[in-house]
Amino acid sequence: MKFIELKNVNKTYSTGVTAIADMSVVIDKGEFVFVIGHTACGKSTFIKMLYREEKPTKGSVVVGGVNVAKLRNGRVYKLRRKIGVVFQDFKLLPKLTVYENVAFALECLGISSKEIKPKVLKAIEIVGLKEKARSFPHQLSGGEKQRVCIARAIVNEPKLLICDEPTGNLDPDTSKEIMKVIDNINKDLKTTVIMATHDKEIVNRMKKRVLLIEHGVLTGDYLKGSYKSHEGV
Amino acid sequence: MKAFRIIQRSIRDAFKSVFRNFSLSMASILCATITLLVVSLSMVIAANIENATTKLESELSIVVYLEKSATEEDANFLKSTIEKIESVDEVVYKNKDEWKLEMSEYNSSLGNVFENYENNPLLDSFVVTVKDANKLENVTEKIRELDKIESANYGEDAVNTIISTFDIVEKATIVIVIALIFVTAFLITNTIKLTIYSRRNEIEIMRLVGSSNTAIKLPFVFEGFIIGLLGSLIPVIITIYGYIIGYERLNGHIISEMIKLISPYNFVFYVALVTVGLGSLIGMLGSLLAVRKYLKI
Repeated sequence: MKFIELKNVNKTYSTGVTAIADMSVVIDKGEFVFVIGHTACGKSTFIKMLYREEKPTKGSVVVGGVNVAKLRNGRVYKLRRKIGVVFQDFKLLPKLTVYENVAFALECLGISSKEIKPKVLKAIEIVGLKEKARSFPHQLSGGEKQRVCIARAIVNEPKLLICDEPTGNLDPDTSKEIMKVIDNINKDLKTTVIMATHDKEIVNRMKKRVLLIEHGVLTGDYLKGSYKSHEGV
Repeated sequence: MKAFRIIQRSIRDAFKSVFRNFSLSMASILCATITLLVVSLSMVIAANIENATTKLESELSIVVYLEKSATEEDANFLKSTIEKIESVDEVVYKNKDEWKLEMSEYNSSLGNVFENYENNPLLDSFVVTVKDANKLENVTEKIRELDKIESANYGEDAVNTIISTFDIVEKATIVIVIALIFVTAFLITNTIKLTIYSRRNEIEIMRLVGSSNTAIKLPFVFEGFIIGLLGSLIPVIITIYGYIIGYERLNGHIISEMIKLISPYNFVFYVALVTVGLGSLIGMLGSLLAVRKYLKI
């Protein structure tokens, strides 16, 4: 069942740089897709267009039945409630505990503290940080920080989890653990996952669908397990 | 219910954030304190200058002497004619006998001089006050055109100089106060911008988890309000107590009895209210402007 559909999408920045050129792709509900490519190939622009951080210059980007390209600015926040985003640099609030960082995402939406508590505890448990709920970010390792970031992204039970280089700052062992957490979310919660990465090792090992972007053009769409890193990136 | 919770949370977070980011909040509060102190003092000074000049101007008058041949009837007619001239505030008749008495009381040798005259050598007169000192010359001209008028004078050159000087002083103080308000707004806005810059991650997370722009702006607007309010406390206290004490020490006037200070009640409370209003308004607007920068969709 189609969940994301890009049709003839172009994105040219005001500087004249074309980041995405005539891209068309369909991603089904519950899929796990890697987006790979060299630095500045257009991966981030592709990902940002999904949560309307960037608007396509041409074409349509449909996410969960909503054409994001035509979405009015005042309605963008509704789309984002259905999407969780995980960043390379975690973006945790240093003065809040693990629990508070995760709860923050729900508090912003005006959800009552009664509803917040069980949801936050569940999200923290999924990422395996139950014991560290009261710790502050500076007391956590890089991997743990990324787990908090993932917990915050999934606490609102989004339909889509977008990960922008989530293992970029982590060592290989920690990266493996993080990938396991994300894979479990995809399998157990049936959340569609789209992940931009540079990490060939992860892509090879996970055997998921891979989208290869080169100079803004989608040059390869490899189905589960058919991608090998020597073929491109 | 959700909207209510968002407002409640915004107020709670605004207070929390002022204390959590204490050093930056203090910087903003101190900046507001110093600038608002300058603004409130300048408002006090400007209002007193305005008050003093208006009062002095209102005391400027035209002295009109009637011809010797003018009868009481003529005087009554002239009085009502002058009263009808535009901008005339009051016309007070003073006959020559009153003048004689007043001058004799003022200086006894003058009294002796008057004794030498069989008839009172002085003239009957009017003291004319005008509503607007700038109209003195115009009104004087019109009075001079009337019959049975010997002379009409208001001090001409000296008074003209005083009026134009007062005009310049009044305008300059208003310009200074407005300029200071702008400087205050600029400085407070910029220090608040620094506070918000340090929290751009917070704003980004709020955006990405799906907070509406209004929900993102609210806590910052409340925070700006608190900063402005706290920043205006010291200026308000200094203005109220400083002015009341100063007024009592100076016995309500400055330099000479002619320059009277504005009575402190309710004047200081108005100034305090404007200072608090300015502080909180600038705080809110400053925060709003600063947050907007990070609110690209």
